[in-house]
Amino acid sequence: MRNTLVPRRFKQVIDYEKCQRCKRCVMGCGFGALEFQGRVVPSEKNECVACHYCVNVCPEEAITIVENPLKFRPHDVWQPDIIMQATRQAETGGVLLSGMGNDRPWGVIWDHLCLDACQVTNPSIDPLREPMELRTFLGRKPDAVEVERGPNGELRAKTSIPPQLVLETPVIFAPMSFGSISLNAQKALAMAAKELGIYWSTGEGGLHRDLYPYADRAIVQCASGRFGVHEEYLKAGAAVEIKIGQGAKPGIGGHLPGRKVTTAIAETRGIPEGTDALSPAPHHDIYSIEDLRQLIWAIKEATEFRVPVSVKIAAVHNVAAIASGIVRAGADIIYIDGFRGGTGAAPTMIRNHLGIPIEVAVAAVDSRLRKQGIRNQCSIIAAGSIRNSADLAKAIALGADACAIATAALVALGCHLCQQCHTGNCSWGITTQRPELTRRLDPAWGAERVANLVRAWTEELKEILGALGVNALESLRGSRDRLRAVFLDEKTREVLDVKAAGE
Amino acid sequence: MTSKEHTTQLVAEDSERVRIDAKGLHYRLLNERIREAIGDGRKYIEVVNVCGQRYIGDGIQAQVRIDIYGIPGNDLAAFMDGAEVVVHNNAQDAVGNTLNSGRVIVHGDAGDVIGYGMRGGKVFIRGDVGYRVGIHMKEEPRRKPVLVVGGTAADFLGEYLAGGVLIVLGLTDTARRGTVVGDYCGTGMHGGLIYLRGAVEDAHIADRFAEKREATQEDLQAILPDLTEFCEVFGYDLDEVLAQPFWVVRPSSRNPYGGSYVPNP
Repeated sequence: MRNTLVPRRFKQVIDYEKCQRCKRCVMGCGFGALEFQGRVVPSEKNECVACHYCVNVCPEEAITIVENPLKFRPHDVWQPDIIMQATRQAETGGVLLSGMGNDRPWGVIWDHLCLDACQVTNPSIDPLREPMELRTFLGRKPDAVEVERGPNGELRAKTSIPPQLVLETPVIFAPMSFGSISLNAQKALAMAAKELGIYWSTGEGGLHRDLYPYADRAIVQCASGRFGVHEEYLKAGAAVEIKIGQGAKPGIGGHLPGRKVTTAIAETRGIPEGTDALSPAPHHDIYSIEDLRQLIWAIKEATEFRVPVSVKIAAVHNVAAIASGIVRAGADIIYIDGFRGGTGAAPTMIRNHLGIPIEVAVAAVDSRLRKQGIRNQCSIIAAGSIRNSADLAKAIALGADACAIATAALVALGCHLCQQCHTGNCSWGITTQRPELTRRLDPAWGAERVANLVRAWTEELKEILGALGVNALESLRGSRDRLRAVFLDEKTREVLDVKAAGE
Repeated sequence: MTSKEHTTQLVAEDSERVRIDAKGLHYRLLNERIREAIGDGRKYIEVVNVCGQRYIGDGIQAQVRIDIYGIPGNDLAAFMDGAEVVVHNNAQDAVGNTLNSGRVIVHGDAGDVIGYGMRGGKVFIRGDVGYRVGIHMKEEPRRKPVLVVGGTAADFLGEYLAGGVLIVLGLTDTARRGTVVGDYCGTGMHGGLIYLRGAVEDAHIADRFAEKREATQEDLQAILPDLTEFCEVFGYDLDEVLAQPFWVVRPSSRNPYGGSYVPNP
C-alpha cells in the first residue's frame, strides 16, 4: 500500500510474452523501481522516473514506460505537476528539489530566430571543399595591436597579448562538479575536450588526482565553498573561473548531501567524508564589484598572470550592467548562464522562476559592452539550453564568443533527462556516486560519443557559415543582421537587436 | 601598534635575507619583488613601509618567512602554501583566504572574513577580529586548519564551519568590556570545533546548528599545543589563559540540511 496521495507518474508495462526473466532491468534500475517476484514487476515502494535504462538494457525490448494516463481530472490551471507538488509538500513540509534545467513551457527564443542564407546576390561557400575558420580565442584582447618585424624579417606582434584559451571549435563543456556527476562522467568530458582541442570545467568540486593529466584542458572553478581550491589546483588549470551564480539557481548556494560525499569526493574537496558540502549563497569575500575585483586580482597574483580569469554569473534582470562591472573589475571571460541552464540539484521554484533567458541576456551584454567600448576586454560564453548547432550559431550571432554545453554532453553519455540528478540514483552512471552505477559508464566510450556530438555540431556550424557566405566564425560573431525574428514581440526584438522576418 | 616609517635597517641583508621597501610600490610590483627574492633563494624577506598593498604572500609555495612592517592590505597570504607571514601591526580583511598551509601571525587586530575557506595551516591574530571569521574552514585526514584570535570576534564566527579548530581567547580590553563573540556563532556549522574563552551567552550561539558546553580537560588537551604555540608567539602567559573556563561549540549534525528538501514529484 502506497503511503502517499501523490500518484505514480509513470508506469512500466512489461510484455511477459517477450520477457526472458534475465533480470537485467531489475539490477539496472538505480531507483529500485522494478522487482523480481517470479517475474519482473513494478516495485511497491519505489517509483519509475522514466529514465529508460531498463528499456535500453532489455535484450527482448519487453519494457515500455508509459505516463500514468489520468493522474487527475484535467485542469488547465491546476495542472497535474502543480497538484502533485502541493501534495508532496503537504505530506513532508519540504522544499521541492529538482535536477536538470527548467522544464516549464516558458517558450524558447532560439525557436523564434531564423538564420540568414545567401541567394543570388552574394555567393554561399561550400565548407566541405573550402577552408572554414572556427578557431576561437577566449580572453582579454588589446585595444589595438602593433606589429613589428623580427630579426629574420617575419612579422610579429609588438603588443603583448594577454593569456588566451584556444578552442578549435566554439564549444566548452559547462562546469559540472565531481559530486554532481561521477568521476567517470567527468573523465569522459575531460578526454573528449582534450581530443577536440576545447575545454572542460571542473565545477566547484575540485580536481580529482586522476584528472590532473587533463588539467591543461580544464577551467578550474573557485566557488563560494572553495572546495578543493589550492595553489596547485589554480596553477594546473588553463583558466580559473570565479563562480558567482548558476542559471538554474541564481542567487542561492549549493548543497551536496553528505551521503554523496564519498572518500574520493571528500579527498578532492578537502572535507571530511560523509558531511554535507555547503556552498554559501554569496562568496563572503565578495559583496560588491570592488570585492569581485579583489578576488579576480588575488587569483591573477596566485597564478602569476599566466591564465585568463573567468567570472560565471546567472542571467538576471540587470545582467548588462553587472557584466559591464565584471569586465571593469578585470575579468577576461564572462560566462553567462541563462534561466534554462541545468543543475545537479536546485530548489524547483528557484529553478523554474528566477532569472532570464540566455538569448536576451547575451544580446543585452554584447550590446552594452560594445556601446561602452569595452567589448574587446572580455570574451563572452553563453550557456543555458544550447541544444544543437543552430542554437550555437544563433548565440554567436547574438554576440557570444563561444557556448558551453552540459545537458547535450550528458545526453551523449546516455542521459534521458529524467531530472532525478539530485537523488544520486542515476541509472546511467552519470549523476550518481554509487559504485555499482558509476562503473557502467566507461569514460573512453563516453568520450567518443561526446566527441562525436561536438564534431557533428562543428560540421553543421561550418555548413551554416557556408550558407551565410562567410568563411570564419568571426564574421558571424555579434552579426545580428544575420538573424530575423518570428513571433517575437517588438520590445524583445529591440533588446535582441534583431529585425522581424521580412524586414 | 605603531606604523612609523622604517628608516633603519632591521636586519643585515645576506644571501638568505633581503629587505624590500614597499613605499609607493604598487602591489603587483611588490609581489613581483617578493617572488624574485624567493626565486633567488632568500629565506627571510622583510617588507617595510607597507601601506595597504594587497595580496602579499598570495599563492606562495615556499618555506620562507616574510616579515611585514606597516599595514598590509586585503587578501594577505591568500591561497598561500607553506610560507610564514608575520605582520608587526594590524591587518585588514580576508587574511589567509583559502590558506592551504603555512602560518600567518598578526601582532595586532584584523578585519572581516579572516581565514575564509582555510584548508590547512595556522592563522594567529593577537587582537580582535571582525565579522564572519573562520567561515567554511575545512579539514581532511592529513590537514587541519587552526585559527586563534587573542581578543574577540564579531557576528557569524565559524559560519558553515566544516572542519578545523577556531579559538577565541578574549584576552583584550574589548573582551573585558563585552562578550567574546557576536551573534550567530556557528550558524550552519557541520564540522570542526569552536573554542571560546570567557563570557559567552547562549543567545550568541546558533543553536539550530551548534551545541555549546563547558570544555573538559580532554577538550583543552586537544588544543594545548596550539595554545602553547600562540602564547609563545605573542608572549601571553599560558597558565593565565588556562585559568579561565573555556566553552566548546560543536556541530549538532554533519548533515544539518538533510531533512529540508524533498524530491519534486
